[in-house]
Amino acid sequence: MITRFLIQGMDKRGLVFLCLIAAIAVLVPLANLLLPPGSLFHVPTSTMSLWGKYLCYALLAISLDLVWGYCGILSLGHGAFFALGGYAMGMYLMRQIGSRGTYGNPILPDFMVFLNWSELPWYWYGFSSFPFAMLMVLAVPGLLAFVFGWFAFRSRVTGVYLSIITQALTYALLLAFFRNDMGFGGNNGLTDFKDILGFNVQAQTTRAALFAMTCIMLIAGFLIARGIVVSKLGKVVIAIRDAESRTRFLGYRVDRFKLFVFTVSACMAGVAGALYVPQVGIINPSEFAPANSIETVIWVAVGGRGTLVGAALGAVVVNYAKTVFTSGFMAPYWLFALGALFVLVTLFMPKGILGTAQDWWSKRRKPEPVATAEPAPAE
Amino acid sequence: MTRLLRMIALILAVALSAGAARAQSADEAFTRLGADSFSDTNRAIELLIAGAHPQAAVIIEALAEGRLLAGGGAVVVKTKDGKLLDARTGAALASEPPGLNPVRLNNGVRRNIQAALGGLGLLNPDTAKRIAAAEAVFKSRDVSLLPVIETAISRETDTRAKAALRQAQAAILIAKTDAPPFDRLAAVDVLRERGDQDALATLRSLPGDASPALKDAQARAVADIEGKLALWRTVQNLWYGLSLGSVLLLAAIGLAITFGVMGVINMAHGEMVMLGAYTTFIVQEVIRARFPGLFDYSLAIALPLAFLVAGLVGIAIERGVIRFLYGRPLETLLATWGISLILQQAVRTAFGPTNREVGAPNFMSGAFELGGLAITWNRLWIIVFAALVFAALLAILKLTPIGLQMRAVTQNRRMASAMGIRTGRVDALTFGLGSGVAGLAGVALSQIDNVSPNLGQSYIIDSFMVVVFGGVGNLWGTLVGALTLGIANKLLEPYAGAVLGKIALLVFIILFIQKRPRGLFALKGRAVEA
Amino acid sequence: MSTALMSTSTPTLTSSLLYLDGVSVSFDGFKAIRGLSLVIAPGEMRAIIGPNGAGKTTMMDIITGKTRPDAGTVMFGGSVDLTRLDEAAIANLGIGRKFQKPTVFDFHTIEDNILLALKSKRTVRRTLFWKTANADQKRIDHILGVIKLGDARARLAGSLSHGQKQWLEIGMLLAQDPKLLLVDEPAAGMTDGETAETAVLLKEIARDHSVIVVEHDMGFIRELGVKVTVLHEGSVLAEGPLDQVSANERVVEVYLGR
Repeated sequence: MITRFLIQGMDKRGLVFLCLIAAIAVLVPLANLLLPPGSLFHVPTSTMSLWGKYLCYALLAISLDLVWGYCGILSLGHGAFFALGGYAMGMYLMRQIGSRGTYGNPILPDFMVFLNWSELPWYWYGFSSFPFAMLMVLAVPGLLAFVFGWFAFRSRVTGVYLSIITQALTYALLLAFFRNDMGFGGNNGLTDFKDILGFNVQAQTTRAALFAMTCIMLIAGFLIARGIVVSKLGKVVIAIRDAESRTRFLGYRVDRFKLFVFTVSACMAGVAGALYVPQVGIINPSEFAPANSIETVIWVAVGGRGTLVGAALGAVVVNYAKTVFTSGFMAPYWLFALGALFVLVTLFMPKGILGTAQDWWSKRRKPEPVATAEPAPAE
Repeated sequence: MTRLLRMIALILAVALSAGAARAQSADEAFTRLGADSFSDTNRAIELLIAGAHPQAAVIIEALAEGRLLAGGGAVVVKTKDGKLLDARTGAALASEPPGLNPVRLNNGVRRNIQAALGGLGLLNPDTAKRIAAAEAVFKSRDVSLLPVIETAISRETDTRAKAALRQAQAAILIAKTDAPPFDRLAAVDVLRERGDQDALATLRSLPGDASPALKDAQARAVADIEGKLALWRTVQNLWYGLSLGSVLLLAAIGLAITFGVMGVINMAHGEMVMLGAYTTFIVQEVIRARFPGLFDYSLAIALPLAFLVAGLVGIAIERGVIRFLYGRPLETLLATWGISLILQQAVRTAFGPTNREVGAPNFMSGAFELGGLAITWNRLWIIVFAALVFAALLAILKLTPIGLQMRAVTQNRRMASAMGIRTGRVDALTFGLGSGVAGLAGVALSQIDNVSPNLGQSYIIDSFMVVVFGGVGNLWGTLVGALTLGIANKLLEPYAGAVLGKIALLVFIILFIQKRPRGLFALKGRAVEA
Repeated sequence: MSTALMSTSTPTLTSSLLYLDGVSVSFDGFKAIRGLSLVIAPGEMRAIIGPNGAGKTTMMDIITGKTRPDAGTVMFGGSVDLTRLDEAAIANLGIGRKFQKPTVFDFHTIEDNILLALKSKRTVRRTLFWKTANADQKRIDHILGVIKLGDARARLAGSLSHGQKQWLEIGMLLAQDPKLLLVDEPAAGMTDGETAETAVLLKEIARDHSVIVVEHDMGFIRELGVKVTVLHEGSVLAEGPLDQVSANERVVEVYLGR
């Protein structure tokens, strides 16, 4: 049943995407580890980690596309789920440092010693165990999304209002995580990681493995998201996006469907955050900044919402552009470019790269519109 | 000690008798100062005070600071900036008399000087100086001054000065273990009436040997004052809350108008506030450079300009972007976010990323006290300004034709359109008005916040909260929302701290919107669904 | 609800499918429905007419749970209090609704529209792992045939004409297989031919369902040939066969003015 769920209705676009990521998952680490640095096809470790970061963003974008593109929930707080997953991973990595910290305390992370804390807060218990930490990577964002969504969807908070309170949610978390008293390292966050599962996080092989893992999780996330959107539940969710009250009059409990999709999406964002942290080497409260979450939205919009593949594409394209821009003489103009991107995409390319390309393609092939999950222009 | 008492007796004598032998005693005093022996100097001080010599204060002060010079029969005061004055007359000396030396001091002389100065102040003909002296004694609790104070009280006619003297007396008595018990009890009462932080500290300094009755009275007085002070603190927090609320109102009300009429969230609203603040900065720069005399009017000049600048930018945004996204509120949100990034970066490029200095005109600076309440003028004016802006907007919406059209579009856009209202024009004007008001808010905020490219960002989420909480389509909702959030924020702060208080409010609003998805003052009925 | 009311109304309660008594609702002081009472028997088809603002749509909103009445009783199947349930629960009880403005899922195919409406368990888990069984597919095909959209099944619903959308919505109602259908202005925007066909379709549906039809078109009502209830200012003005109702002086007054 699971296999059928995952591969049902797979289209060409999805297959191309899967094959591409699978190829990258194998080839990039090999090119990094086996080829000599002088080789034409050698991939430097820094480049691999950078692309690993892009792929984490791609997974985050897919999770956002699931709720925005298919269910019409514009979450301006998805960065919060990403950051929470990241913090869960960061806590595991902090516990792995053991007595190698600056203060040499075998139990307490350095920042707690610095704050004169005498014992580990209860919510840090268990994070020395990798399986437990991974469970938390899913459970913490999932639970927050579930509780938040349960309140919001049951009371039929929709549209702009919902967007604003998701933004308030991530803003509240931003403020909270800045506090030293919270026990998450305050302003500085969690950093100076040493090991993951006994392997040095800085080592080239570990980096390669993390990269491959990111690709695998991206594939898994894509398959799950795809499985959801092509199932009958996916049709219900699209129906909710386009005519929420009509769906309700058909007897569907709209709030439960939204809650399901929102929670799954949050878990996926959490996984993306967890993969991001060991590759970037730090997690701090700025990941909760509302601006980050809105930027994620524009990745999805650029790639084409309601397409999943487009979301991933948009994340990579925009972040690659950001890297190019901000590393050169054009750095001061990046925000102009990003701002313009927001305006131009919403005005002239509401379907994004993929949607626009597809329209163009199908117009050339046959005039009859086909069944796709393109979003309605209106809310 | 005996000398000290003699001193005091003398001061009293001075106080009670008008000296006929003043001139004579003055002559003797100056002769003795010239002799420069400690006993002569002491006697001279007594004589100066006994004779109530007009220059006594100046001379004794100079003596204390080693600026009193004597030699060759002359006594000279050297002022702090080095001028020489005749001690007797206070007239400036053309040339320095030969053989001048500072009059020497020892500890005995110094003690006498202190007592004399304290006594002089308490008996000073200037009421303000008497009060200041009494305050000084209240703080120093110098037992030796008790008799002077008592005399001063008996002579005092001014009620405020008398109260200050009584408080000084009480402060001394509280600590004076050999004072009559009844007097000390009365002193507790006096301090209780004074009721401020200093009175509390004085009461707490009650020595441990006090009688049970006195201790009991002291405990009650302490509790009483603490209660009063807590009340004042609450009032002060309410005031801060009102002030924050008025700032939120200014920042949010333009947003409420655009959101109410057009159903779109303008993420660049904060940047309109920022533009208003930078307009103020430019106006002040121009005034500083060209017309320094106009500085006190800089805000009055900046207000219409800020309204125009922000309003025109707003209209440009509406005409250039938002009108193409009508009916797609979420996309409007994204596009305006993009505009906000562009505006921020543009200002950062033009003015630099750091804070710019915006000065306060005279009438906006300083503070005054009202009971136990400290009120700064800038906060007070901002509250007044917010109230005026609110009233003006209310009037525009209720009394003008464009206001009528705006209300019509808010309630039923299609119907309004069918009635011949040009909704496009209404949208543009609404957006201009909302943005212009944000510009006005920027002028006000430039007085209390840093003028930087990030100014708008720090208010935008709070403004959203106000609008979401208050509900749209009704300005009163925004008013209630802004004041509630402002006051709740400041009342929570002492208990939860600034950050936790803010988090608590955000969580509260997230929960509140579940109960009232359309805010406090929402439109009802089928029209809402349409 | 007083006990006296309960005891007197018990007979109708048990035998009626839908029972409205003394229902009132107001929006910001405007009384949209005042003291409305209406009884629909199982298997009955009822037409409801009334001028604009008579409260027809609000009445439907109340029955389907979209609007909560301020006062009054709304019972379904003799025992279920509809005022306590939300839209989804009421729909799952067997009350289907077609809206005044045809509302279909524009970005789904016609077949998927029917599939979404098809009677089935509406839980998250069932829909996530749904597999269309043969019986379900047959039923979908049958309905597509009835609404004459079989050939267009793969087209997006958004590409249909107004009349076709109306029919698709009726098809979705059929797929829901409700006990009671609320049909709001099914003939609006249709050609005469389509209107006649719609009347035939509705009569067919009425053979094994209870139906409430709200309609302005008198010709259409006449074609249906059923009992008519006239609403005016939120309450029942007259009730009976169309000829009798249209002869009623007050009805004429309301429709034509004095």
